[in-house]
Amino acid sequence: MSNHQNQRDDSRASLELSEMTLQSQDTDIATATPTRGQTDRIRTTEAKSQGRLIRERFFRHKGALAGIALLALIFLLAFSSIGFAGLPGWWNKEYDVLAARFNEGRPTLTLWPFSLGEHPFGQDVLGRDYFALTMRGTQTSLIIAFIVGLVAMVIGTTVGAVAGYFRGWTEAFLMRITDVVITIPTVVIAAAVAGIVAKAGIIPFAIFLGLVTWTGLARLVRGEFLSLREKEFVESAKSVGASSVRIIFRHILPNTVGVIIVSTTLAISGAILLETALSYLGLGVTAPDTSLGKAINDNRSALTVRPWLFLWPGAFIIGIALAVNFIGDGLRDAFDPKQTRVKQ
Amino acid sequence: MSSRSVIISDEQAPVGNGPILAVRGLGVEFNVDNEWVMAAEDVSYEIHPGEILAIVGESGSGKSMSSMALLGLLPRNGRSTGSAKMLGKELIGAPQGTLRRVRGNEIAMIFQEPMTALNPVLTVGEQIREAVEQHTELSPAQARKRAIELLRMVEIPEAERRYDSFPHQFSGGQRQRAMIAIALANDPMLLIADEPTTALDVTVQAEVLDLLRKLNKRLNSAVLLITHDMGVVADLADHVVVMERGRIVEAAPTAQLFAAPAEAYTKQLLGAVPHLGSKVGGVLADVEVVDGRLSIHEEFAEAALRAQETHTASGVVPALELTNVDIEYPGRFRQPPFKAVTGVSLTINPGEVLGLVGESGSGKSTIARAVTGLIRTSGGTVRIGGTDITELTARQLLPLRKKFAIVFQDPAASLNPRLSIGDSIGEPLLLHEKPGRAELDKRVASLLEDVQLPVAFRNRYPHELSGGQRQRVGIARALSLQPDLLVADEPTSALDVSVQAKVLQLLQDLQRERGFACLFVSHDLAVVELLASHIAVLNKGNLVEQGTTEQILKYPRDPYTRRLLAAAPVPDPGEQSLRREQRTALLAAGAE
Repeated sequence: MSNHQNQRDDSRASLELSEMTLQSQDTDIATATPTRGQTDRIRTTEAKSQGRLIRERFFRHKGALAGIALLALIFLLAFSSIGFAGLPGWWNKEYDVLAARFNEGRPTLTLWPFSLGEHPFGQDVLGRDYFALTMRGTQTSLIIAFIVGLVAMVIGTTVGAVAGYFRGWTEAFLMRITDVVITIPTVVIAAAVAGIVAKAGIIPFAIFLGLVTWTGLARLVRGEFLSLREKEFVESAKSVGASSVRIIFRHILPNTVGVIIVSTTLAISGAILLETALSYLGLGVTAPDTSLGKAINDNRSALTVRPWLFLWPGAFIIGIALAVNFIGDGLRDAFDPKQTRVKQ
Repeated sequence: MSSRSVIISDEQAPVGNGPILAVRGLGVEFNVDNEWVMAAEDVSYEIHPGEILAIVGESGSGKSMSSMALLGLLPRNGRSTGSAKMLGKELIGAPQGTLRRVRGNEIAMIFQEPMTALNPVLTVGEQIREAVEQHTELSPAQARKRAIELLRMVEIPEAERRYDSFPHQFSGGQRQRAMIAIALANDPMLLIADEPTTALDVTVQAEVLDLLRKLNKRLNSAVLLITHDMGVVADLADHVVVMERGRIVEAAPTAQLFAAPAEAYTKQLLGAVPHLGSKVGGVLADVEVVDGRLSIHEEFAEAALRAQETHTASGVVPALELTNVDIEYPGRFRQPPFKAVTGVSLTINPGEVLGLVGESGSGKSTIARAVTGLIRTSGGTVRIGGTDITELTARQLLPLRKKFAIVFQDPAASLNPRLSIGDSIGEPLLLHEKPGRAELDKRVASLLEDVQLPVAFRNRYPHELSGGQRQRVGIARALSLQPDLLVADEPTSALDVSVQAKVLQLLQDLQRERGFACLFVSHDLAVVELLASHIAVLNKGNLVEQGTTEQILKYPRDPYTRRLLAAAPVPDPGEQSLRREQRTALLAAGAE
C-alpha cells in the first residue's frame, strides 16, 4: 500500500531520518508560490537540458577529470611517438628493428636531470627499442579495449533492453542465444576464426572479441529492465501514449546507465586481459606486432633479471585501466541526478 | 528475570504501582556528514501497567526513532541521550548484553509489515517457538505447547494445525496476529507497536485493534502505540503524546485531547484528518444497536432510494461507462487465469466524481488501469466519452489518450527519477501537441502554478521534492492535456494527513474549476466522502453496491458495505466506541 511498507525494520530507521531531513527543508508548498489565475504574467524558468546537467556534473568530478587527462596523455604519447597508420611520429626508432644491445638493454631514462637517452625504456632481449615497442603495444591495446567495450556495450544493451522490455518469445529467443554464446568457450571460437582474424588485422580481431563478450551486460541490462518496466512511471508514460521506443530510451535506459557504464568499464579492462590470453595461445596479436599483454607475456621469465621489460607495459596497463574506471565512475555519477555532492 | 518467564500463564502478577516505563528528556541524534542532526529532543512520558499510550505524529516527527532508542536499535550513526527507566532500570547507555535481555523479554515489538517481519522459510509455529525458547529454559515440547497456546490467544483458528503453516499461507491480518504472538511469547511488560495496522485493510485493522485491546486488558501489560492514524488512537489509546519535528507538542488523556486540543499543531492535525460522516451527517444512520442486537430501519433507505431515482434521469453522454467488465490475469503453468474483476458496470457523467471503494484485492486498481488502457479487459465494454476502447489497437487509442489521464498512488514511483519535473509534466504535451520549446516552457510553468508549485521547480528532480510536492507534480502531469476524465488511484494514501488534506483540497478546487469527471479510487471512505458525489463499493472483484455518497454512507443496503463503514475508525473516542458496538453487532448478525 504505502511506499515504505516493505522496508525492513533496520533500514526503516534511516529511511525515516532521510525523510525527516527532506521535510525539514521542503514544506508541501513552497512559500514563494504566486497566486493562481494570473496566467497573463507567467514567468518561465529556462529548461536546463539533460546534456548540460550531465556535463556540469561530470566536470565537477575530480577523479573523472584526472582519468580523462591521464587517458588523453597515454593516447597522445602512444599515437604521436611512433606514428600510426603510415604517419610518422617524433620518435626515431622502429619497434620491429633489431639493434645491438647497449648496457645489457637497461633503460637510459633519467628523471633528474631529465634526459631520455638512447633507449629510455631499455631494449628487449633481441635489442629492439623497448619504448617503441611499448608504444606500439599501447596503441594495439587501446584500440582493442575500446572497440571491444563499444561493441559489447551496444550489443549487450540492445539485447538486454529488448529482451527485458518485450518479454515473451522475444525474451526467450534472445536469452537462449545469450546462453549459447556463454556456453561456447571463447578460445574455441577464437581458434576457429583465428586464420581469418590473423590476416585481417587487429580491428576485426577486436570486433570479434566484442561479439563474444556482450553476454554479461545483456543479462544485467535485462534484469534492470525487468524490474524497471513494472515501475509506475513506466505505466504513467504508457498511459499518456508514449511509444515503446520512447519508453525504452527516454524512461528506462537512463535509469540503467549506472549498470551499463560500470559493466562496460569492466569489459574494457577485461578485454585487455582476454587479448593477452589469446595472444599467448597464438590466436590474437602475432609477432612482430605486439600489444601490452603480449609484451608482458613474452618477457615474463625476465622479471628477475630485466624487470623493466615487465614494468613498463605493466604500468601502462594499470594507467589505462585506472583512467577508464575513474571516467566510468564520473559518468555514472553524472548520469545520476541524485548525486548532488560530487566527490572532490 | 528468567524465573518469571518460566511461568506458563496468560495471567501476570501486577507490578507494583510505579510506571513500567519512565522516559525523561530523551534525545536522539544522527551523524550526517559529521554533523549531529536532531531527530528527537526532550521527550518525556510515563506508561503505567495496563495502559495504552499512543505517540502520534507525521513522518519525520521522530516518533519511531525515539522508541527505537529505548531498545538500543538505532542505526549505526545514531546516538541517544537522556534517560529511560524500565521498572527503575536505566536503558539509555546500557550495554548491549543487558539490552538484548530486555528486548523480547520485558519489551517486545510489533512491526508494521508482517510479511517481511516473518521469515518465509520457517513455519509460523517454529518462529513463535523460537521466541519462546530464546528467553526461557522450556523443553522443545513445552515450548511447542506454549506456542500453540499463544496462537490460540491471538485468536488464530485451529491453532494446532496452523502451527505448521508457513507465513505465505496466512492472510495479512493473521500474519500480524502471529507477530503479536511472537511479541507476547515471554509475557513482556511493555509492547511497542510501531504502526501495527497501517499495512492492513480497515476491516482487518479493526480486528487486530480489538485483539490488542483485549490482550492489553487481560495481560495487564502496557502498550506503546506508534501511529500516524488519529482514528486508531481514538479507538485504542488511553493517553496520547503528539510529536512534531522531534519534540512533544502536547500530551493528554485521549478523550481530553480529542475534545479540547490545547496546542495549535494538534488542532491543525485533527482538523486535517478527514472525518467519516462529517459531510453527509453521520454514517450507518439506519443501523441501531439495542443491547448488542442489530436492528435496521429499512424505511430510511427506501426513502433515500426514491429520492435518488428522480434524480438520475439524464440524456448526456457519460464521461465513462463500464458495462459488464471482466478482467482476468493470465494463469501460469496450467493454473487457471485469475479473475480480478467480474461483471462491473459503472457510469460517470461529465463533471462528476465517483469514488470507487474497496479493500486490497478488491480489483479497484485493476479497474483504474483498465479504464486508462494499461491492461486489457476480457469481457464487457469500456466507453470513454462514448467510444469503446476495449477493441482499439494501441495506435487507434493514441488520440483518445488526450481525453483521460491517471494519477498514481505512489508519487515517488510514478515519476521517472532521471527526468526533471518540467520534463515529466511536459511529456504528455510533447507527445500529443508537439508545441515549440517556448510554448512548452510556458505551458509547464502555468501547470506548475495551477498545482501551486513555484515555477523554479521545473529543473528539479523528483528526489528533491517532498511527497506532497511530488504528488502535485503527478497531478500537473495528468491535467496537462485538459482531460475530460481523471482517474486517481489512491492519490493520497502515501501522504501524511496534513499534506493529504492540502492535496485533496487542490484536487477539489481543480475539479470544480475545470469540471473534469473523476474516477477516484481509494480504500479510505472518509477521503472519498470529501470528494465524491457518488460511491461504488467493490468486494473481491464484484460491485456490491453503488449510489450517491449520502445514500451509501447513511443507508447502505449491502452487509459488506455496512461492515466496511463500521470498521473505518473515526478520530473521536466517543463516536468510535459507538462504532465498535455497531461493528460487533453487524458481525454477530452476519454470523447468524
